[in-house]
Amino acid sequence: MTTPNPAPLAAHLEYVTRLGDNALILGQRMSEWCGHAPVLEEDMALGNMSLDLIGQARMLLTHAGKLEGQGRDEDQLAFLRTEMNYRNLTLCELPNADFGRTMVRNFLFASFQVLLWERLLASHDSELAAIAAKSIKEARYHAQHAGDWVVRLGDGTAESHERTQAALDYLWPYTAEFFVVTPSDEAAAAAGIGPAWSELEAAWEAAVVPVLNEATLTVPARTPFKSWGKFGRHSEHLGHLLSEMQYMQRTYPGAQW
Amino acid sequence: MYTQALDIPQQGADKGPKAVENPAYQAEFDAKIDAGGYIEAKDWMPEAYRKTLVRQISQHAHSEIVGMLPEGNWITRAPTLKRKAILLAKVQDEGGHGLYLYAAAETLGVSRDELLDALHTGKAKYSSIFNYPTLTWADIGVIGWLVDGAAIMNQIPLCKCSYGPYARAMVRICKEESFHQRQGYDLLLTMMKGTDEQREMVQDAVNRWWWPSIMMFGPHDKDSVHSGQSARWGIKRISNDDLRQKFVDATVKQAEVLGVTMPDPALQWNAERGHYDYGAIDWDEFWNVVNGHGQGNVDRLAARVKAWEDGAWVRDAALEHERKRAAREDQAA
Repeated sequence: MTTPNPAPLAAHLEYVTRLGDNALILGQRMSEWCGHAPVLEEDMALGNMSLDLIGQARMLLTHAGKLEGQGRDEDQLAFLRTEMNYRNLTLCELPNADFGRTMVRNFLFASFQVLLWERLLASHDSELAAIAAKSIKEARYHAQHAGDWVVRLGDGTAESHERTQAALDYLWPYTAEFFVVTPSDEAAAAAGIGPAWSELEAAWEAAVVPVLNEATLTVPARTPFKSWGKFGRHSEHLGHLLSEMQYMQRTYPGAQW
Repeated sequence: MYTQALDIPQQGADKGPKAVENPAYQAEFDAKIDAGGYIEAKDWMPEAYRKTLVRQISQHAHSEIVGMLPEGNWITRAPTLKRKAILLAKVQDEGGHGLYLYAAAETLGVSRDELLDALHTGKAKYSSIFNYPTLTWADIGVIGWLVDGAAIMNQIPLCKCSYGPYARAMVRICKEESFHQRQGYDLLLTMMKGTDEQREMVQDAVNRWWWPSIMMFGPHDKDSVHSGQSARWGIKRISNDDLRQKFVDATVKQAEVLGVTMPDPALQWNAERGHYDYGAIDWDEFWNVVNGHGQGNVDRLAARVKAWEDGAWVRDAALEHERKRAAREDQAA
């Protein structure tokens, strides 16, 4: 299968939309934990991280709306696009499953986000650089928090080890998508907007593998599996997430809240 | 919340150190209370005082964490990103209130695990307001305005209650609750400026939440079992009916500004009393919900129990990891 690209956007807009949608969709997923976590401290931590991501999504989608130039604000972009127009990584939309999978996902994603924000501090897009400066502190905390849990769970009881390894086995194939080369990424990189994500693979592995080793987990081998969320072709899960998230805006078109 | 549960008897809160009954200590304790001073965790206190506080503080803590559920019901469906962020922050605050309160209860010699066990087994109560369902987005606003508003009325006097750790926790909680109430009212004002459908949604939510909100102050003073002793101990500063009246007087005016009506035909200004009169409260409904027969009782408790049971492997893993880490450190030393 060739790389799908159902509704191409200008490179700069595409780049910012991907960042915004990652934050939006993972923030939405994480908010599902509220009131259901294993301990009260984690209810608060997950709520807090969800809040950070929603905050990032608001800034990024507002920026995307300006780049698009059609007068759409953060809410029109967050709630009124159709599925193929969301550009988040597939990993972000997968169901939370248990706390182990939630933490492994957060760790894999936040570690990637840290690298992105570090590079985006020097973006020629000054708005994006400002968003990076605020968001990098949050991403570092998210990676630290989730990484600590990955180690605890991986190197905890036999059951927790088994669950965490299963979570890693399930999620790992989706991380290949982070680094798939895209023409818009390369154009954005050439324009000094931000790094092509494919450039970050080695640094990401160097960040995550030692923690997975400390957690006594086996890093899965790469397989031919491919996912395409960042190109707008998603898993079955995104549609359900959107039908819940978009419910109010779809039911009451044009209402102010 | 949410201290409606003040007057509800509870079993299972009698763990912890037992005070030696001693007339000299008792006299000192009474004098401190009479002088308006604070009792601290290390001070001697009568056993019944300690038990009352454990009951009340833990009911309050449980109310905060069960209270995360009805509002959490709308986080994933919040209509805008700004409202989603505000609601997340609010529900997170409630978790934080739960933490301060469990910590305050722990100063009385009970552990958080024991208190949670009492909640999960149904021995401990939480505020029955959270057994009502949140059916529309307007409920999120009305909970902020009326439920948090009632909670603030209940809680402000507790900032001066005689037990220091509880009083200090309440100071922080009250500040955050005021923000919650304002955001609820703001949400409703925005909806009332919107479409007819939005205004109907608000009125419907007010119709459903008004009576349960004024029930949050607990039974009438004449029927309140614990109030007399709690007043003597400086745990309860203002009576249920006085607080309820204060709440009614304040909210009727807010309802006028908002443009909604309360579902009580008897609600009217009484110039002679200088207060609003209100109709008869349906105490059968109150006690039915308190005693487990409300719409949400079973589901709310089941959600808490499920979260706890599903999280058991995570808590076990954290303990086991810590044990392994400490053993490795010992070996290295």
